[in-house]
Amino acid sequence: MEMMKLSLGPLLYYWSREDTLAFYGEAAGWPVDIIYLGETVCSRRHLIRVQDWLDLAATLADTGKEVVLSSQTLIESESDLKMLRKLVGQGRFKVEANEFGAVRLCAEAKLPFVAGPTLNVYNPETLAMLSESGAVRWVPPVEMPRDMIAAMPVPENVETEVFAYGRLPLAFSARCFTARHYNLQKDDCQFKCLEHPDGLTLRTREAQDFLTLNGIQTQSGKVHSLAHRYADLDGSKVDVLRLSPQLRHMGRVVEVFRQLADGALNAKDAPGRLDRLIPGQPYDGY
Amino acid sequence: MLPEPLLELICPAGSLPALKAAVDHGADGVYLGLKDNTNARNFSGLNFDEKSLAEGIRYAQAKGRKVLMALNTYPQPATLSRWHAAVDKATELGVDAVILADPGLMAYANRTHPDLRLHLSVQGSATSYEAVNFYRERFGIRRAVLPRVLSLPQVENVIRNTEAEIELFGFGGLCVMVEGRCLLSSYACGDSPNTFGACSPGHAVRWQQTDKGMETRLNGILIDRYADNEKAGYPTLCKGRFEVQGDTYYALEEPTSLNTLEMLPEMHRLGVAAIKIEGRQRSPAYVAQVTQVWRAAIDAVKKSAATFAVQPAWHAQLDKISEGSMHTLGAYYRPWK
Repeated sequence: MEMMKLSLGPLLYYWSREDTLAFYGEAAGWPVDIIYLGETVCSRRHLIRVQDWLDLAATLADTGKEVVLSSQTLIESESDLKMLRKLVGQGRFKVEANEFGAVRLCAEAKLPFVAGPTLNVYNPETLAMLSESGAVRWVPPVEMPRDMIAAMPVPENVETEVFAYGRLPLAFSARCFTARHYNLQKDDCQFKCLEHPDGLTLRTREAQDFLTLNGIQTQSGKVHSLAHRYADLDGSKVDVLRLSPQLRHMGRVVEVFRQLADGALNAKDAPGRLDRLIPGQPYDGY
Repeated sequence: MLPEPLLELICPAGSLPALKAAVDHGADGVYLGLKDNTNARNFSGLNFDEKSLAEGIRYAQAKGRKVLMALNTYPQPATLSRWHAAVDKATELGVDAVILADPGLMAYANRTHPDLRLHLSVQGSATSYEAVNFYRERFGIRRAVLPRVLSLPQVENVIRNTEAEIELFGFGGLCVMVEGRCLLSSYACGDSPNTFGACSPGHAVRWQQTDKGMETRLNGILIDRYADNEKAGYPTLCKGRFEVQGDTYYALEEPTSLNTLEMLPEMHRLGVAAIKIEGRQRSPAYVAQVTQVWRAAIDAVKKSAATFAVQPAWHAQLDKISEGSMHTLGAYYRPWK
């Protein structure tokens, strides 16, 4: 089996500029192969602008990381499209296309791209079409079960990357649920997401952690971790494991996955190592 | 120069009687699906088999109306042939268009039935003209149904920048999430609209009278609890009451439904090709009432958009069948966001 690669997925939350830059400063030294950069959730989050992401991309690429620029998942306005065009137009780094407008622009610019998890790739014909359009990697929908991923015929030169750690991004809306919680309208949200660097927990009326509110995005309440099912990855066609950023202990989470991938850590010992680092309850997913 | 706007009325047909009700009360077209997970209203007791489909097509087309067949879930490797067979069957029986979400299935339709008219389903989640034009260029889609996330000026921007016709939801149940971008039901009970064709499916639902009130659960997860004086609703999981930082409220969306009657003149002016009425799970009587009101409203707008006014009788008729539920303009009216 070829060496499993690790990626740091796009930052899904909204952190202060200092925290964000410090996070990626540290990430430069973590044993991840690929770093995804960019705002995928909300166009109102402006502390790091497109140009900042591009500068950060150049810095991280100099340390030997593969850098991919992730596109916004829900495109609503002409200014959203303007940002998307800037992301594609830089021409140096791959783009993770998270909706089909980005696919169109990447294909037109002949820019290699990653087919992101929200493109809803469920069958070989769709994947082949994306490959012909320039996709070099695909991320299956986070609901796709292991056996279905294993059964998927993947074109040569296309890598498979699975969401392996973090709260699962489950849904997107026109409406902002964090603003709604504070009785604010989205257009005047006062950037309340900044107060919730790991999201806002939504519980059932019997206090079960169910979901996590992250602006217009809804995530799982529990933290998905493939480390808890690592043995199942044997014989799968997965090339890359995606680890989704959290504010604290991310470097140590990466370290556990690196040791698992290198065979330096026994799969049955991983949960014990990881559980202390997880902000919430673990969940071993689909 | 834009072509003359169509402003067709497209109504739901969950059964042959509902199809006939829609046609008889003035729908320009109906949309329907087969009795399986090839479409996004996979509920037991709903939808069409080959015989009822053939009869439905005959009935509608004899009166000059269109039949649009939804095949708008995402086929998976093991069962791909079922979706292909459904596209073949739709063509053989002579539907006017198929409504698809999956690009792979569009490629199949193009290859096998080059003359078959394709509409991009709302489940395809295309919210910009760049996305709509992707499907237009690659697969020749003739129409796109937009997710219920754009304000009307944003809809206008899409219409101005694509040759595809644009269809909008006008009335009925409202997804608060972007269609095709929601895995909440999958997370809660393993079945998602994308693959299974239903959200919060009936088999996962439990109603239970307890000391604390009527509880509704989805796969064991408490979605809501109702006091004795409250009317218990179906546990669609985004419309339950949950607790966030000590507040218990409708954290995602109140159980409201969409009604855009008052926006019709603006939709007409923008060149919207069709208004879609949600509700394939509804009764023929419901479909008849809603179709009748919307037919009258669209006719009034086409006659004179400047003097159009929503008739109180229309609201009364719609309120009666929506069981007094609240209405919203959704994302078309920006402050809703």
